Amino acid sequence: MAKTIKEINEKIKEGKAVVVTAEEIIDLVKEKGVKKAAQEVDVVTTGTFGPMCSSAAYINIGHSKPRIKLGGGRAYLNDVPAYTGLAAVDILIGANALPDDDPRNRIYPGEFNYGGGHVIEGLVAGKDIRLVATAYGTDCYPRKKLETWINIKGLNEAVLFNPRNAYQNYNVAVNLSDKTIYTYMGVLKPELGNANYCSAGQLSPLLNDPYYKTIGIGTKIFLGGGIGFVAWQGTQHDPTVLRSEKGVPRRGGGTLAVIGDLKQMAPRWLVGASMLGYGCTLTVGIGVPIPILSEEILKYATVTDDEILAAVIDYANAYPNMKPDIITEVSYAQLKSGRIVVRGNEVPTASLSSYPRAVEIAKILKEWIASGKFQLTEPVAPLPGVESGVTFKPLKERPIED
Amino acid sequence: MTVAKRIVLHFPRRLVDRPIICRLIKDYNLEFNILKAVVTPQEEGVMVMELSGEQDNYDKGIEFLTGNGVRIQALGQDVIRNEERCTHCGACLTICPTLAFEVDPTTRKVNFNEERCVACGLCIKACPPRAMEVHF
Repeated sequence: MAKTIKEINEKIKEGKAVVVTAEEIIDLVKEKGVKKAAQEVDVVTTGTFGPMCSSAAYINIGHSKPRIKLGGGRAYLNDVPAYTGLAAVDILIGANALPDDDPRNRIYPGEFNYGGGHVIEGLVAGKDIRLVATAYGTDCYPRKKLETWINIKGLNEAVLFNPRNAYQNYNVAVNLSDKTIYTYMGVLKPELGNANYCSAGQLSPLLNDPYYKTIGIGTKIFLGGGIGFVAWQGTQHDPTVLRSEKGVPRRGGGTLAVIGDLKQMAPRWLVGASMLGYGCTLTVGIGVPIPILSEEILKYATVTDDEILAAVIDYANAYPNMKPDIITEVSYAQLKSGRIVVRGNEVPTASLSSYPRAVEIAKILKEWIASGKFQLTEPVAPLPGVESGVTFKPLKERPIED
Repeated sequence: MTVAKRIVLHFPRRLVDRPIICRLIKDYNLEFNILKAVVTPQEEGVMVMELSGEQDNYDKGIEFLTGNGVRIQALGQDVIRNEERCTHCGACLTICPTLAFEVDPTTRKVNFNEERCVACGLCIKACPPRAMEVHF
């Protein structure tokens, strides 16, 4: 009874497509069975909302009179440095960028109250942003200084382009040392004082399509409250990762590079975040639709929290020193119960990824599709899968000798 | 009848070097537990405490404090959650020493139980979107 994306799109156009979220599909399949559910359901929507450091926006500010070439110069947005290695008036702001005068961790742990992620949130919110730039001046671009307010409405283009988002699965971070540590996985209290995780689990996009059978390059998605696309596999994409019998990655696994028009997005779904002692980042909302083309694809989309395992890793020693040691494995059902057992100790858990917001994203995407305003796309190329042999390699250092 | 309340005391600069709390405890037979104190000479002082005793004595003690120019606030008002910024991720859950944050098992939203909050401030900087705010 295989369906095609074209057939599903016809149903979407007519307002007849049956769309459910990755949470709702679990009970529906329990009730009706895989065969019947696969006939009835056309699309399963997923969602995730968590801090995703590899995120950035590039903007084109338009040409000043006389012209200035920011390329090779310096540019700041609300005192946060933007990348100027592109053409005259294209600049890129990365989520982790910090003002030059931010004390960082000189006053430990650094607070990191404002950085690139916050600039992106401000842009999306329609706030005026202060651009201060200097250039070296050329015959065709004579100007050397520029100080002006800019607003997203006046920019030629404002594009969110995130090289690595939507990690398929992620580590659970703990601290085995005797002092508090401050990490990108949050504040970790000494001697297994807490355990932090960061995934929407059963609702997360790539956990519902573990072998990338439907999600590929060109897949249209919910991105930051607007419409975006999968641009490429994300950096550190690792399809050959250790998997469960059902194919669910038990470590990081796949990632997505995503792109979309920042002008359509909303600050509710792109939130600047500060990780104490670590830095600034951007919390990104992503939702991916999964077309139910076969019973097999549906089966993957019914994954539940108790079937998804994650590795518990010591962020005081093993993680910083690139040691492969894993303390234990726990399921997302255990993590969400509020307590896990590590080395015989009960450890309280907390999430950095917002499950309520992930649910909201899956529901919004469901509504978009059910109302006919969001059609599915056929991927133009697949993401590298298990057969590609692609792995996530460490850096092999080669000493530079004079 | 006995009462126990968590309150925030604001001492004006002129009172900072006077033994106000000592007199409060001795003269009105009250018990206290200081949860937090920021008292710097020549500046305003702020003290967060739990004050308990007989209702009658408690009321007279509070009258003594306000009569001397100490401004009093109920503690619940002091750490607030900016609902617009909170994303309900849950990073605060294991940071709070008094377990003032709880996850609703159905919606998985994070509830902030102000009555349990002792205004220690640990959640303020541990909150990634900076949704927790202290207002003294």
